[in-house]
Amino acid sequence: MICSECKVNQATVHVTKIINGKKTEMHLCEECAKKYTGFSPGFSIQNIMSGFLTDYSKSDISSIQCRQCGMTYDEFKQNGKFGCSECYKAFGKKINPVIRNIHGHDRHIGKLPSRAGKALINQRAIQTMKSKLKEAIDSEAYEKAAELRDQIRKMESDLEEGEK
Amino acid sequence: MISWLKEEGKDRDVVVSSRIRLARNFEKYNFPVKISIEEGQSVFNEMAAVIDKSHYAIFKTKDIPKIEKEMLVEKHVISPALLGHSDISGFALSQDETETIMINEEDHLRIQVLHSGLSLNEVWHKINQIDDRIEKNVQYAFDEQLGYLTSCPTNTGTGMRASVMLHLPALEITKQINKVLSTVAQFGLAVRGVYGEGSKTMGSLYQISNQVTLGDTEETIIKKIENITRQIAEKEKNIRNSLMEKNKLEFEDKVFRAYGVLKNARMISTEEAVRLISYLKLGISMDVLKGNTINEMDKLFIEIQPASLQFINRLEMSDIERDIKRAETIRNKLI
Ligand SMILES: [Zn+2]
Ligand SMILES: [Zn+2]
Repeated sequence: MICSECKVNQATVHVTKIINGKKTEMHLCEECAKKYTGFSPGFSIQNIMSGFLTDYSKSDISSIQCRQCGMTYDEFKQNGKFGCSECYKAFGKKINPVIRNIHGHDRHIGKLPSRAGKALINQRAIQTMKSKLKEAIDSEAYEKAAELRDQIRKMESDLEEGEK
Repeated sequence: MISWLKEEGKDRDVVVSSRIRLARNFEKYNFPVKISIEEGQSVFNEMAAVIDKSHYAIFKTKDIPKIEKEMLVEKHVISPALLGHSDISGFALSQDETETIMINEEDHLRIQVLHSGLSLNEVWHKINQIDDRIEKNVQYAFDEQLGYLTSCPTNTGTGMRASVMLHLPALEITKQINKVLSTVAQFGLAVRGVYGEGSKTMGSLYQISNQVTLGDTEETIIKKIENITRQIAEKEKNIRNSLMEKNKLEFEDKVFRAYGVLKNARMISTEEAVRLISYLKLGISMDVLKGNTINEMDKLFIEIQPASLQFINRLEMSDIERDIKRAETIRNKLI
């Protein structure tokens, strides 16, 4: 069997990708297969990415720029790498479907860093308190609201403390 | 000279090594592609300040001679990509070489733990602790939805790449390797030949790793690779046994011919040596050859690679000189 990517070498690696529930089989030579494996030398995802990204090339998304690091969407498309963590937000609308395509999922369920994870847990708790506060105000339970507001302030200051 | 390679580890006659890498980034700096030299140096300096110096030695890539760097790549202790951004990159290496923290590779940090044999659980346990210790001092780039944010979106989520390196000569000889590998791919894992160019695999070595980093827990991914690896190892061993049973003479002939060449050659290329060492390993695992151990052969495999050979002999050598030195190294090692 000949490699479906370069159409030159003998295919020795067979990759099945499941994208949006659709199964695609690829028969690749060693060289081409390397491109599909993370962390391998000279690894590039252009080939994977370009397939997903071409749809956007004609729209004005290509001129979007990350304010933090200055990377443009075009630049990202070329090398498949983000310039900073803010890029994920800057290109979010277009990138999130791509990420879903790559991984078949869109939510991290693995390890939480104890710091960022702690803040996450606290933030969620504060969110819950805030909605309780809103309920209290809406129902004119001002005493309860004042109590909640104090608790929220304390949680928020603890959270800031924790981030230092 | 290759301290991380040991005789121990599950399924050691099939599984050469287990490795996990974690990609992590500082929240406050741009990723290495977009980082300024000053900030890149800050990443290095901040890591250097918090790393336990009694456990790790820390290096700047640019301070290390070329051959030594390549030797470290051949040993799998650092990645080839680390040599790319040599103005700001560096690494911390534990004394036993099982732990590396690469700085300013594709991500600010690439933490690696490497053990011999099938030991992904152990490796995960260890790397998880190293990650926790680093995180005490570093605010990581992390997103509630997407997990650990990495330079390349193929690594986001857990930022984890777990892999095993397998020696599968019997599956190759009996041409069953492709069937096995395509099964592996169906589980969403990636497979590749470890050495060699084009479609040729050197030394019958294959690497299996996870493709997906988002949407599964680290433990799930590791369990999946461990399970599949155990099954492949068993299959490989069964075929080794049946090869021996069906045609003992032919099997022994292949092994002893390989031994004969390696024990007597005066000049040998990496490619030929690696191919023949693969047969020796097969022979040792089946008790056909008794003098050397699997682990000695795995070490030899690395020691005869071009940069390692020159590093060990403290000598820059031409191709021919290397072929001569390689043959000599092998002759001396074989019992
Ligand atoms: Zn190809
Ligand atoms: Zn950016």
